[in-house]
Amino acid sequence: MTILIALVPLLPLLGFIILGLGYRGIPKRVAAILGPGTILISFILSLIVLFNFRLSPFAFRFFDWISLGPVSIPFEFLIDSLSILMMLIITGVGFVIHVYSIGYMSHDKGFNRFFAYMNLFIFFMLILVMSANYAVMFIGWEGVGLCSYLLIGFWFKNQQFNNAAKKAFIMNRIGDLGFLLGMFLIFTTFKSFGYQVVFEQAKTMSAGSGTMVAITMLLFIGAVGKSAQIPLYTWLPDAMAGPTPVSALIHAATMVTAGVYMVARSGVLYVLAPVTMEVMGITALATMLMTAAIAIFQNDIKKVLAYSTISQLGYMFLALSVGAFTGAMFHLMTHAFFKALLFLGAGSVIHALEGEQDIRKMGGLKNALPKTYWTFLVGTLAIAGLPPLSGFFSKDEILGNVFGSSLPLWVVAVGVSMMTAFYMFRLLFLTFAGKNRGSDPQSLKIHESPSVMTIPLIILAVLAFFGGFLNIPEIMGGSGMLKEFLAPVFADAVRLNQLQPHHVAARLEWSNMVVVLLLVLLMAYVAYRKTVNRDPGTASRNVLIRLIENKFYVDEVYDYLFVRPALRISDALQKFIEERFIDRIVNGTGTLVVRFSNGIRYLQSGHVGMYLFFMIIGILLILFINIFL
Amino acid sequence: MNTLTTIPINHYLIFCSMLFSIGVIGVLIKRNALVILMSVELMINSVNLLLAAFSAYSNDPAGQIFVFFIMVVAAAEVAIGLAIFVLIYKTTHSIDIDVLNKLKW
Repeated sequence: MTILIALVPLLPLLGFIILGLGYRGIPKRVAAILGPGTILISFILSLIVLFNFRLSPFAFRFFDWISLGPVSIPFEFLIDSLSILMMLIITGVGFVIHVYSIGYMSHDKGFNRFFAYMNLFIFFMLILVMSANYAVMFIGWEGVGLCSYLLIGFWFKNQQFNNAAKKAFIMNRIGDLGFLLGMFLIFTTFKSFGYQVVFEQAKTMSAGSGTMVAITMLLFIGAVGKSAQIPLYTWLPDAMAGPTPVSALIHAATMVTAGVYMVARSGVLYVLAPVTMEVMGITALATMLMTAAIAIFQNDIKKVLAYSTISQLGYMFLALSVGAFTGAMFHLMTHAFFKALLFLGAGSVIHALEGEQDIRKMGGLKNALPKTYWTFLVGTLAIAGLPPLSGFFSKDEILGNVFGSSLPLWVVAVGVSMMTAFYMFRLLFLTFAGKNRGSDPQSLKIHESPSVMTIPLIILAVLAFFGGFLNIPEIMGGSGMLKEFLAPVFADAVRLNQLQPHHVAARLEWSNMVVVLLLVLLMAYVAYRKTVNRDPGTASRNVLIRLIENKFYVDEVYDYLFVRPALRISDALQKFIEERFIDRIVNGTGTLVVRFSNGIRYLQSGHVGMYLFFMIIGILLILFINIFL
Repeated sequence: MNTLTTIPINHYLIFCSMLFSIGVIGVLIKRNALVILMSVELMINSVNLLLAAFSAYSNDPAGQIFVFFIMVVAAAEVAIGLAIFVLIYKTTHSIDIDVLNKLKW
């Protein structure tokens, strides 16, 4: 069993090593088998782990990673229901996306390199979720950041893409610093990094203590960076520069949910810091609202989905902030299904239109791309939250918990839900319905993607459709399978949570559900009226709309506040410190040596007798020093 | 008591020092490469002799063994040195070391 579990992350690593070392020599066909193949085996192994799992977590150490005196940080894995759920999502969705990539990247020169990076990403992501302590988690945390950087800048000949990659990396570093500081604080407080040790000790501490708030706030900063929340979200829309499968895997399904996973994992610490929970709730709410608003006015198919992802991540954090850990993980899972599906569908559209990403130039693709259309429709319905698709159940659970916690929060969350429905249906209608608005030669060449791309779409559509049945709420006669499965992990956190949302009466819950559903349908209808057979170019010139269209000028503000001052300081440092001091010291040393050598090189006169004389003088000098000094 | 120790150690020291000094002076003042090589030989042999004498006085044969090694190495060195001089003579038609001043600065 231990070996099987160790193999889960090791196989993708092996794939990376083989593909990475031999990427010039390995033929595409081999890479196309090796890349997805290793992930498939990992997925099967994860399934075996799941079936042998008896609800009691077990940790095992492989070796002592760092040992300094009394301090020892082992490299160990913790297998419990939470990590198994994440392993299944990562390898399962990861495998499907890998298969899709075979088709999507088939014409790319960096085919092998792409699969090498993707495998490396899966490896680090697995390390992140399987680790049993924060130190090992940090390896994965940094590793996925690296892979994200490599894959955003995959087409590195385009300077803009490189800039996007750098932006993502730097933004993540800000969060990573918070995470690292949080880790150190955990260590000084609990003398250990291990989850089990830390949580065991934390349980006995009083709620709301300063240390606990500091730890959780710092960890939350890490989550904000990785999961793209305000104020560090601006990297995610730019990250769409990478190939579309990357956006689907890293920037929708897995990596960006690492922050959610981390907070859920540290649930015990968070419930002991109500202040952090409130900050998290407000951040999540602001992020949801803001990015959903931006998504409505975006015209790039991938950008809409990117902003939607940030908004959905906000949902997850909102759920965490009211203590609905299962709800957050449930939404994480369904979101992985439908958002990966939507991104891959978008990729299929982009592939068919040979790189066109502007939805204003699309339209009427329903007949040309039937499979893409139907799967995309499933994704849209799922994310909008229509029953009985997966998004309905997961959103409903979050909304139910939020309703039980505070009414104003619920109202805003429902508002965001409506906005989600609007921008998704707008995207759907603009892309697939109506007439084609593209240039004519473009519409002639449109062809459905090969089956290596459409089959993954269908698989994900099935998952996005039925994924919600894993956790049917009690009032609908379901058993809440996922809830039971995850219950042991979150038992302590739920028990200690003082802000536990109170239970909502069944009738109220039903009525809420219906209200939300009607509002969502209304928004879909509005989206239909606003988009189909209308020229999308003529938006009103309202100031507010202009503000949202320009993404609230957040990028510009950051540019003005941070980027330009940093550049100016660097410029000044270069002119004064670098050129006036460092350069002078370095060049001065060289000049000094040259001048000195010029002076004494004439000693090398070419006369052998002279050399002999010097030699003997030297020997005598050594003798003299040895004897008399 | 072997025959070496019938002479006092001081005599060896003085004799060898003189021999060595003659060698040094020869190396310094002669311009003929062959003579310089001979002077070097003289220095080596003075040291050899001293080694042998000391080893006899301290009843330790290691010194004398050393002498053999030095002689072998010196022979090899002389062979190389002479070969170099032959080549130098072929190119410059002289073995005066003052002619060999092309490599400088």
